[in-house]
Amino acid sequence: MGSGLVNVAVDISLMTLLAVTAIGIIRSRHLFATAMLSGIYSLISAALFVTLDAVDVAFTEAAVGAGISTVLMLGAMTLTRRSEKHAVKLHIGPILVCLAVGAALIYGTVEMPPFGSTEAAGFKHIVPEYIAGSRDDIQVPNIVTSILASYRGFDTLGETAVIFTAGIGVWFLIGRRRREDEEDEKKTETPGDRA
Amino acid sequence: MLELFLDKYNYWIVIVLMLFGLYIVISRGNLVKKLVGLNVFQTSVFLFYISLAKAEGGTAPILTGKTELFSNPLPHVLILTAIVVGIATTALGLALVVRIQETYNTIEEDELEDLNVAVMKGEQDRIPGAEGEAR
Amino acid sequence: MRHHLILRVVSKLLIPFILLYALYVQFHGDYGPGGGFQAGVIFGAAFVLYALIYGVETAQKAFPASWLAILVPLGLLIFGGTGVASLLLGGTYLDYDVLAATPTGGQHLGIIVVEFGVGVTVTGVIIAIFFAYAGRTDDIQDDDW
Repeated sequence: MGSGLVNVAVDISLMTLLAVTAIGIIRSRHLFATAMLSGIYSLISAALFVTLDAVDVAFTEAAVGAGISTVLMLGAMTLTRRSEKHAVKLHIGPILVCLAVGAALIYGTVEMPPFGSTEAAGFKHIVPEYIAGSRDDIQVPNIVTSILASYRGFDTLGETAVIFTAGIGVWFLIGRRRREDEEDEKKTETPGDRA
Repeated sequence: MLELFLDKYNYWIVIVLMLFGLYIVISRGNLVKKLVGLNVFQTSVFLFYISLAKAEGGTAPILTGKTELFSNPLPHVLILTAIVVGIATTALGLALVVRIQETYNTIEEDELEDLNVAVMKGEQDRIPGAEGEAR
Repeated sequence: MRHHLILRVVSKLLIPFILLYALYVQFHGDYGPGGGFQAGVIFGAAFVLYALIYGVETAQKAFPASWLAILVPLGLLIFGGTGVASLLLGGTYLDYDVLAATPTGGQHLGIIVVEFGVGVTVTGVIIAIFFAYAGRTDDIQDDDW
């Protein structure tokens, strides 16, 4: 029971840090600070994933959220603006919408299985089969890998295709240089060619 | 009451975090800020899924030959791929924002709306990109 | 960031280890945490770090942008091709049992190959996205912040 209370304390303190970071993101007008705070948010949630026993997910979140996505945000920011134009103030309409959504979601949790319960439907349905199969048939110790690549291979193929498509999309949108730049170059080149 | 809190506190805090993200997406007009809000929302949904997968007294789902109680590995798989897909789609969204900035010279939602109204009224001279397109 | 001596030296020391670690994560994913998605991101992050410190043009000498056009589809083709291979060997699509003499061996082989495909595509996409953003702007100068 002692370790259970420690777990709860660690969980709640990490989640408080997350909430503080989120409030920081809401209040900040500078996009540089926002990008950094969203990196911090990802890093803290990676720590939280470790406490929730999801080591693979924590690994990915730390590499993707805290590393690559911060770099991307900063890259997009240098290409656009450094700060928001309008001052941050509280809007009543969005707050009401959020409160309504929150109330509906919390109402939905009432019937959910308790946190940490192994009696939940998710644990009973097909997962025991996957765990036994990973041990006996596939003999890959990391169950996440065996589900990812073998049992759910079609899913992963689809996800890879999505990543591929997104990469191609980014390349077509901003991969080539701006039209004006190319036109400028042509203008400077043409006299040189004639000479 | 305390029991209900200990049963559900994780879900509730995650819901509050989701709402912060939702609030940013709805209330802020800056498109980059909206995408940051979307990221916060997305990460909170990931936390919700992983909370569902937690087994009290279990360990990470890696077979060591000792314990037999693991956290549910299936949500881990879903979220693991979702994180990488999330960054790819965020990059696509940011690329669109960069193109919007280059074409219209603004990424504020209300200014874009003004431009849209201007287009509807046929005031071509107010649109920064229109001159370049006509050439 | 050309005159940050500490950053340049430290990153030069770190990058080989980051690449090596990515390979470890890629091929040790069966046994510990890791796999194609994480390895791809880490491998890509090493090049992103290199490009941030030494400039995009230097990075493109080490990793030409034309390779990306091969790498990005190649990973997906490796993944899809594994499925076709298992079809041709008499199984169903992405059924790795038939790939080797024993079903367990086939599963091991299939998982390694498929994860490798995922890793290749993710690496390519991460680097392509970064080059796309970085190619739009001049190198970031210190006084830009």
